[in-house]
Amino acid sequence: MMETIHSVPLEYYLALSGFIFAIGVIGVLTRRNAIIIFMSIELMLNSVNLSLVAFSSFLGNNDGQVFVFFVMAVAAAEAAIGLAIVLALFRIKKTVYVDEVNLLKW
Amino acid sequence: MKIEIVVFLNILYLKVEITVILFYILGAIAIASAVGTVASKHPVVSAVSLVLHFFMLAGMYLTLQAQFVSIMQILVYAGAIMVLVIFVIMLLNLGDEEKLKENINVRKLIALSMGAVLIFQLTIIALATSSDLTQMSISAINNGTVEAIGQTMFTKYIFHFEAISLLLLVAIIGALMLARRKKPEEIQEGATEL
Repeated sequence: MMETIHSVPLEYYLALSGFIFAIGVIGVLTRRNAIIIFMSIELMLNSVNLSLVAFSSFLGNNDGQVFVFFVMAVAAAEAAIGLAIVLALFRIKKTVYVDEVNLLKW
Repeated sequence: MKIEIVVFLNILYLKVEITVILFYILGAIAIASAVGTVASKHPVVSAVSLVLHFFMLAGMYLTLQAQFVSIMQILVYAGAIMVLVIFVIMLLNLGDEEKLKENINVRKLIALSMGAVLIFQLTIIALATSSDLTQMSISAINNGTVEAIGQTMFTKYIFHFEAISLLLLVAIIGALMLARRKKPEEIQEGATEL
């Protein structure tokens, strides 16, 4: 029998991660403010990070924690570019509500 | 680095380790602050509850014995990314989201029902399936250290690491190009296009 650390089962972490991911999806679908949509995307990225770290710890393999760093780097790049787009949009259209940005809508 | 503190719940006569208690406390606050992020009317309230959410996740990583990821979560997310978001909110001087009330009902209803289905799929089914991974592996204690993560990142994933650095460079240049203040003649051209 392998020696283990006492903790809640893996499924609890995965369920929590899935719940937070679903909250992020609801945020992206219901909110119209581009900045809040960004924050919901960050929520989803973070919930995936949580499940990666949970798998990493329960399997005793730290590849998952390395992936978390890559996800964080991508999230940082996405935040910088996305907020620059929001700023540029605000200069042109004076709004951050995605409803009012319909240039490409036929 | 195993947390040795054992808490006795005298009422229930149960011996529970502190990581288990912390999981429930941190998880409850994490869900509450995630809902607060999505549901609050004002962007600043959303941003502050998202910072709270990031701190709760950092604590959750500590219960998973991932110390370095936990510190990086606070430094990168709560430190860098959220400062950027709050800076943009302050710069744009936004008010509440109020004038869009009339056209959101049908879309919001569909979105919420799809979200409910997603919550069911991800949560209930994850809880219903049982795996043999009920306890954390003992090697998790040493896997979360800076040394172990550096060992993996700079040997097995060195190419990915370099690719990520290139991505960050491209992101810096792209953000500079997008947010740069246009010269007056360029703004004129852009206005005629729109």
